[in-house]
Amino acid sequence: MPKLTKELLDTYKTPASPETGYIKVGMNTCGISAGAQKIYDAFVHKVKEKNIPIEIKKCGCLGMCHAEPLIEVKIGGKPSVLYGRLDREKALSLLENKSLPEFLVEESPGQKKIVLRNCGVIDPERIEDYLEKQGYQAIKKSIFELGPEKTIEEIKKSGLRGRGGAGFPTWRKWKNTRESESSDDNHHGRFIICNGDEGDPGAYMDRSVLEGDPHSVIEGMMIAGYAIGSSTGYFYIRAEYPLAVERIRKAIAQCYRYGLLGKNILQSDFNFDLETRLGAGAFVCGEETALIASIEGRRGYPRPRPPYPSVKGLWGKPTAINNVETLANVPYIILNGGENYSRIGTGQSRGTKVFALTGKIMNSGLAEVPMGMTLREIIYKIGGGIANNKEFKAVQTGGPSGGIISKDYLDTPISYESLQELGSIMGSGGMIVMDEDDCAVDVAKFFMKFCFDESCGKCAPCRIGTAQALKILEKITSGIGSHEDLDNLKRICHAMQKASLCGLGQTAPNPLLSSLRYFEDEYLEHIDEKICRAGRCRELKKRPESPGILQHKETK
Amino acid sequence: MIHARINGIRVEVEEGTTVLDAAKKVNVKIPTLCKHPDLPPTAACGICMVQLKGTDKMIRSCCTEITEGMDIITLSPEIVEVRKTVLELILSNHPNACLTCARNQNCELQSLAAEFGIKEESFGKILKNLEIDDSIKTIVLEPQKCIKCGRCIQACQEMQNVWALSFTGRGIDTRIAPAADFTLVESPCVSCGQCAAYCPVGAIYVYDDTAKVWGALNDPSKHCVVQIAPAVRVAIGESFGMESGELKTGKLYTLLRRMGFQAVFDTNFGADVTIVEEATEFVKRLTKGGGVLPLISSCCPAWVDFMEKFHPDMIPNFSTCKSPHEILAALAKTYYALQLNIPSSSIFMVSIMPCIAKKFEIHRSREMFVSGYQDVNVSITTRELVRMIKQTGIDFSSLPDSEPDHMLADYSGGGTIFGVTGGVMEAALRSISSFLTGKPLGNIGLNDVRGLKGVKEARIKVGDYTLNVAVAHGLGNVEYVINKIRNAREKGEEPPYHFIEVMACPGGCIGGGGQPRNINDEVRRLRINGLYTDDSHCKYRDCHDNPQVKRLYAEFLGEYGSKKSYDILHTYYRHRKEYKSYRETEFLGESE
Repeated sequence: MPKLTKELLDTYKTPASPETGYIKVGMNTCGISAGAQKIYDAFVHKVKEKNIPIEIKKCGCLGMCHAEPLIEVKIGGKPSVLYGRLDREKALSLLENKSLPEFLVEESPGQKKIVLRNCGVIDPERIEDYLEKQGYQAIKKSIFELGPEKTIEEIKKSGLRGRGGAGFPTWRKWKNTRESESSDDNHHGRFIICNGDEGDPGAYMDRSVLEGDPHSVIEGMMIAGYAIGSSTGYFYIRAEYPLAVERIRKAIAQCYRYGLLGKNILQSDFNFDLETRLGAGAFVCGEETALIASIEGRRGYPRPRPPYPSVKGLWGKPTAINNVETLANVPYIILNGGENYSRIGTGQSRGTKVFALTGKIMNSGLAEVPMGMTLREIIYKIGGGIANNKEFKAVQTGGPSGGIISKDYLDTPISYESLQELGSIMGSGGMIVMDEDDCAVDVAKFFMKFCFDESCGKCAPCRIGTAQALKILEKITSGIGSHEDLDNLKRICHAMQKASLCGLGQTAPNPLLSSLRYFEDEYLEHIDEKICRAGRCRELKKRPESPGILQHKETK
Repeated sequence: MIHARINGIRVEVEEGTTVLDAAKKVNVKIPTLCKHPDLPPTAACGICMVQLKGTDKMIRSCCTEITEGMDIITLSPEIVEVRKTVLELILSNHPNACLTCARNQNCELQSLAAEFGIKEESFGKILKNLEIDDSIKTIVLEPQKCIKCGRCIQACQEMQNVWALSFTGRGIDTRIAPAADFTLVESPCVSCGQCAAYCPVGAIYVYDDTAKVWGALNDPSKHCVVQIAPAVRVAIGESFGMESGELKTGKLYTLLRRMGFQAVFDTNFGADVTIVEEATEFVKRLTKGGGVLPLISSCCPAWVDFMEKFHPDMIPNFSTCKSPHEILAALAKTYYALQLNIPSSSIFMVSIMPCIAKKFEIHRSREMFVSGYQDVNVSITTRELVRMIKQTGIDFSSLPDSEPDHMLADYSGGGTIFGVTGGVMEAALRSISSFLTGKPLGNIGLNDVRGLKGVKEARIKVGDYTLNVAVAHGLGNVEYVINKIRNAREKGEEPPYHFIEVMACPGGCIGGGGQPRNINDEVRRLRINGLYTDDSHCKYRDCHDNPQVKRLYAEFLGEYGSKKSYDILHTYYRHRKEYKSYRETEFLGESE
């Protein structure tokens, strides 16, 4: 395999799709678990057996989880169509040029795909597919046209902020890391880490990108590494994502074969190595200082900041830690220009955001939308509204660090700031939709239980605070809570927010506090009247005059 | 310099100062729990929260460096409320067992609860039954009382590099335990006891042997004798409101007689004998090729245990001399027994030590039973002695001075500095000089081996020889020295040193795990100065000049390094496996 040069890189052009047509099968974890592997194998077998001139391809996730397995078909010069929820037999009948209109699905309108630009389009296991989509042109541009400072400048112009949750400006992180003094100014002086320890309940944007378009994240890592002056990067991916790990490792190996990693990349003097590290399932290891401890082989405990990792990170060296989605944006920004990117979005929140829509929604799945779109548009236009004709109650964003937003705020345009004002956060992009059958106290209890389970145990406010808060919530949901409990709950939450060591503990009370803010009446019902209007808390009565619940019962 | 404000008070401190230390400078007290002045912050408890003025952000004062222009508020109703809630949370996860706790009235959590005036428990108890681990019989781990401050972990892992203790489990189930839930006796624990010295509560404490001492004192068939280690005399006063470093030797002799001991000996005498033997051993290795160099000191039982577990390839380098307290005990049950015509079996030897590992050493191998009986019957720490004093009601501070039983108590200056880092080296070099050149060491007071630097290296001219020596204290500092020896050995080069002294505890025995608490470098310095003062006031500075030592050899042992000396005063080493119960049971339980 000849090492790629910058000239050779340009020879990869999008090939004209074969006239005979193709069939693509969505083969991410979601698709595979819905049976995509079997369908893919059957296609390959059949095509070979019958000598049918149709190309069978794999691709990543198309974002429509509700319709998996997904198959894209383009046969006989007709425009390509998407089929969903097909079983093996029905899928095979497509080869006989049958059309199955009842299984046709369409992508939701209103999306703007940047991060997911290649997901479901290319075969994630073929570097050639990525190269044909202008792959590794951005790193080429950085090295040969921009240089490190201008690369950071482009990111600054783009307004890109961290997509992992906190929304820290990416350019500033890079600049700080670049400018921090390192005790070692050679090969291991600085590090770039990709945080793929996605752990929020109901969030899987990062997995989709890692599985569906690994090379865009790798290219983002290379650009970041180049910009901060690092020649070593680590992928930190949770071990529960075996396919993501496999695809990233495969992609890294391909890059080494093509000379896109290693020494003198594209014949420049830029050297860059990538390694993978697996997280062992602790949520707190997504917190950057705990993540660093984990890579160093120590217990995944956070440490106080400052010093920030950009000053003192991995092995004590300046380190930039970026989330998967952030990095996937980077090649696009470099290629298309920061200004171009910043035209998308609103206020201080530029570009797009991928959300994972789950819960009581018609079309669960991934949606990449421009910042500034309202919650209503996302839930009703893209998500197709509430399932089973139920009443919308609230939406939870930001995972265990986020909050619950009631229906009064559905028309809020989404941005880092607006969500924070509502007592929630953008977070990594989980969006759990709740209907009238969901109980506000129960939801708060669910998230508190999550934080209780995932508290690392280092600091007292989080370790004991989550345990006590959970205990009180359990009292309330089983009908033995008191007003004093509610006061104690608020006191514990306040102490946790102020005195916890890391973000996990500081934000753990958010779901609880926001549900208290919008649904305090439900808490009081639980305590005073021993009623759970949603009927979730089994030890309590349901409110008899709630027709929704009765209807629901009857239809069941 | 950094200029900032704390509660509006201007403060000027050096860069790198924490908010907590800056506040101290202007007499603003911020309550703390997990922070120990001698250890880097663990940032665990969340008690020392302060506020940045004009924001609602709170920060931990223990681990946040103060920066230019910072405006800190340390007291506001909100801050007090947060601290109090955090404290109540900690108390909800801690048993109410103060009255029967090893740390009653000496507990940092108890004091804090009193300061905050906690009168009721707002939150229900969250407590799990966790087993007490007293398997090692030197320290006791009571995990239910642990507040997860992380000090013991820092001491065990960072300071001592032993890694016997670690956090295990997570969230509310976080516990302190040896890896994989082995018991302490199976773990790599070397019983240095630094964990127990730093524990703010009653979660790790010294295994209590005082009952055995009371039992023996109460037994008319026993001839109870006692010895006190050098480091005890400069620290015990702290427990009775006296200054660190004040010498209390005479008071201790009086005290021990009043408690009922029939003879009062001094470990310093044993140290003198140790040096005579060790210096002889060194000279033999240096001049006659009688063994490998560098010679490594073996007076510290925690260090011996550490070496046997982690560096068994260094066994040939170890001095075979027993530690002073074992030497003294062996002599008490042989030489002294013979002189006074008392059967060794009836002598009950108690040692008062700054050290927790001594509790292990007294039955570590066959050679500790050289008299035919366990040479040291019970070893108790300074803190245990303090407890016994309090039980007797003796007013320690008003005790008169008195004399010990001279034959195993008179000591030289070289013997008393055994209690400080560098002291063994200095005492040995004084004798080595005499043995090699016939002349005493010119400059008494080897500044290069004194002081609190973790590793001290020096070149010392003795006659025709230039001796390269190294002194390390705190087991975490040993690696550097050992690696240097190993690297030279692997390359086939000359060893980088001739003589190495190691003491497991920072500062040496004066900073031992069994000493009065609240240790920091300032306290260490005062205790060290105390022993150097004792040295300078001694009539004899060199161990071999001690007339009682001369008498011992003339009447009993013969020459330095004689066969009889080797039989009684020396010991042997072997590789001990970690994570395996290694103690030969035949040596356990003699005193039962």
